[in-house]
Amino acid sequence: MTTTTTAAEIRIRATPEERRATAVGVTLIFLAAFVFWVFGLGVESGSVSTFNLSLPGAVFADLVWAVNSQWLAYAVALILAFLGGLVLRRTHIRLTNLALAIGLGLLALAFLTWAASGKTFSLVGMLKSTVVLSVPVILGGLSGLMCERVAVINIAIEGQLLTAAFVGTIVGSVSSIWVGLFAAMATGAVLGGVLAVLTIKFRIDQIIAGVVINIFALGLTSFLARRVLGEVQDLNSPGRFSSFKIPVLGDIPVIGPMFFDHNMFVYVTFILVIFVHFALFYTRWGLRSRSVGEHPRAADTMGINVFRTRYRNVILGGVIAGFGGAFLTLAQVSRFEENLTAGIGFIGLAAMIFGRWMPIGVLGAGLVFGFARALQQKLGILGTPIPSEFLSMTPYIVTIIVVAGVVGRARPPAADGQPYIKD
Amino acid sequence: MELELRGIRKEFPGVVANDDVSLRVRSGETVALLGENGAGKTTLMNILYGLYTATAGTVLIDGEEVVFHSPSDAIKAGIGMVHQHFMLVPVFTVAENAVLGDEPTERLGWLDKRRARKAVRDISERYGLNVDPDAITEDLPVGIQQRVEIIKVLMREADFVVFDEPTSVLTPTEVDGFFEIVNTLKAGGKGIVFISHKLGEALEIADRIVIMRRGRTVAEVLPSEVTEEQLAELMVGRPVDLVVDKGRAQPKETILAVNSLSVLDDRNRRVVDGVSFEIRSGEIVGIAGVQGNGQTELVESLTGLRPSITGTVFLNGEDITTKSPRAIHKLAVAHVPEDRQRSGLVLPFTVTENIVLDSYYEDPISKGIQMDWSAARERAERLVEEYDVRTPGTEVLVSTLSGGNQQKVIVAREFDRDVRLVIASQPTRGIDVGSIEYIHSRIVEERDQGAAVLIVSSELDEIRALSDRILVMYGGRISGEFPGTASPTEIGLAMLGSTSEAEAS
Repeated sequence: MTTTTTAAEIRIRATPEERRATAVGVTLIFLAAFVFWVFGLGVESGSVSTFNLSLPGAVFADLVWAVNSQWLAYAVALILAFLGGLVLRRTHIRLTNLALAIGLGLLALAFLTWAASGKTFSLVGMLKSTVVLSVPVILGGLSGLMCERVAVINIAIEGQLLTAAFVGTIVGSVSSIWVGLFAAMATGAVLGGVLAVLTIKFRIDQIIAGVVINIFALGLTSFLARRVLGEVQDLNSPGRFSSFKIPVLGDIPVIGPMFFDHNMFVYVTFILVIFVHFALFYTRWGLRSRSVGEHPRAADTMGINVFRTRYRNVILGGVIAGFGGAFLTLAQVSRFEENLTAGIGFIGLAAMIFGRWMPIGVLGAGLVFGFARALQQKLGILGTPIPSEFLSMTPYIVTIIVVAGVVGRARPPAADGQPYIKD
Repeated sequence: MELELRGIRKEFPGVVANDDVSLRVRSGETVALLGENGAGKTTLMNILYGLYTATAGTVLIDGEEVVFHSPSDAIKAGIGMVHQHFMLVPVFTVAENAVLGDEPTERLGWLDKRRARKAVRDISERYGLNVDPDAITEDLPVGIQQRVEIIKVLMREADFVVFDEPTSVLTPTEVDGFFEIVNTLKAGGKGIVFISHKLGEALEIADRIVIMRRGRTVAEVLPSEVTEEQLAELMVGRPVDLVVDKGRAQPKETILAVNSLSVLDDRNRRVVDGVSFEIRSGEIVGIAGVQGNGQTELVESLTGLRPSITGTVFLNGEDITTKSPRAIHKLAVAHVPEDRQRSGLVLPFTVTENIVLDSYYEDPISKGIQMDWSAARERAERLVEEYDVRTPGTEVLVSTLSGGNQQKVIVAREFDRDVRLVIASQPTRGIDVGSIEYIHSRIVEERDQGAAVLIVSSELDEIRALSDRILVMYGGRISGEFPGTASPTEIGLAMLGSTSEAEAS
């Protein structure tokens, strides 16, 4: 009755992780070839890319990094090929993601060098834009995280951002920007409340409820923007929160302009990320919220009110989205336009997934998306052979790649998306 | 102290789950609440714990009426509950789970994790529970997870502790340890309610046994005054035969040959790790083991529902390692899945629709692209009759049937052809004794007609009653092989992972 095993009988099939490593390795080597041919051979030999590392008028002005475009591309291609080879050996499966991240970072560098070859490009200007453009994405992601940590999927972030931006514009125009900010946050809270009632009380499918709110928000704001803001221009000029440089820190080369020379929204966003992180993992509120998202019945049996917890967090998520909406029209620009958000809310949701439902992760993911958006803007100015239509796609393409799971699967809260039924 | 439930009645739409139920527990005693699956025990306890509201009746503590609107009311009144399905957040640490809902905090709601850890360690030491407060809950074996549940209850200083089917997830050795803990709690002055359908355990642990049948309390006895047979009769309402009636196995040619099979779970952990075994025609092989040791994934892999990463599976000499579920099904493999409601039936479908789930695409149930519903109904009616499915008709929703009858629908669908291999996972979980007897006899019948049978069950009694040969799974490997007559103690050791090979035949 004993079964014998010979090596020939056993077929080893690859695990999903191993298969992924193979895919990543092949991709890296493909990218190496791409960088070599297009960014290396495709550039006139001897041409130089010049990166400005300081803004005009800075304390340390005229910092410049000049590099031979071709040599940099060759170096990047070499490193990419090396990384790809390492990954293909599959000896350190856990480091696959790290290799991929480094590889994509280098790819971005090679791309910029190629685009700037023979020209001068303000690298620090782009990094600064990266931070600014990441703010609404991070806030959207935090809003989604707030809700999903208690198992409510908030796909309505887009609508919350848009409506809050609209209300903030009008209220800010007739009164002060601070009142406008408050009104925007209150709008977010109301829409969060609507989502909460629909999904928690009436147990409507969370995706459908969110989509309904988005369609409603887009329709309503577009209509009113045309009918009201189009007629009365005074209602569409709220003024802006001005930026202020933080002493000393703001003068550090590169880092200073990137992080310490912004308006209030940017600082608050970064503080909020840290605040939510600590609240989530080190306070009673966080423990209870997470338990409601992971195992609501367990929370219920320990005397935690699942419904109240969900209402509270979904409304708070709305407030954060409202804050993000205010940023769009009270800081970034100072007027409202139809469909001004153009999918930022959804990108925020992607940032939440990419950030693995962690506030710090959302921050990192938000910066990646911010980079993609900044790239699109600055390359348009620089003038590259790439048609501008393709450049505008960048943030969305990055979103698709991320959400499709190229960066590996994370584990959402266990009860995510499921209504809680008591009896 | 004394806790009393008096004249409790609970109605759900269309059913009376509890009817005039009364139960009394004093500090320092263990009362067993014994009853079949579906007798209404869990409903009663959910009322006591404030999860359900009773239609009628009262709860009294020391003679004073109390009303619980939510579990927190019950917790405040000193009632603690260890649920059958653990109420633990898998990704939390033990300490986080233990304090949830009653967290020690500093200012601004900041968690005092040190105090939480210390509280867990203190209780763990006092009652000899031996639990690490920093362990992540989902990484712990179920036996330890149960202790976390007990710690949760003790942290809230419960006077009465209710255990809902606490031994169903434990190995025989763990059960002994669990009984010790119960007795320590009792000695510490707690009143204990032990809910179970296992006669032997009730006799062993309880000071008093209250028996429930069809939502009513039908008897109250002292363990010293009754035998197992008498208890069984009280519980079911008629004499019960506790042994499965089967002749000697006559194994013939090998049907299923599994060689070095490894399978990953959903989180990519290798939960089946190089498993090899064979099953021959005319024998029943039982896989024993505590749930979560790879049995689920093994069965899913054998039936084509989950890819394997190494090894081979041969059926009648044909390689089926990478075949699809339908291809495997068509090779005369019957599969009774572990969770009948999730993967055995489509609950919003009728009995007929569920019966033809495996044959809807074939003549005579469909003609080309068109279904022949009268043929489907005909088959359903024949099977309902043949397999004794108690249903008002074949056109009712399968979700309205009792657990036992739902299981019979699956067995009917799977067994109604010339079956070469039967794979049945937890075939009688949560169903009444009548249906258990019926399904067991059907399985033995398939064996006697020459099928190879693989039974997976976490109920050791069931494995021992049915199997001609027993394999024990632990940590993804076969940790022991025994003849069907082996004692629970021998098997229990292997269930804990000690690989004492007691070779069969």
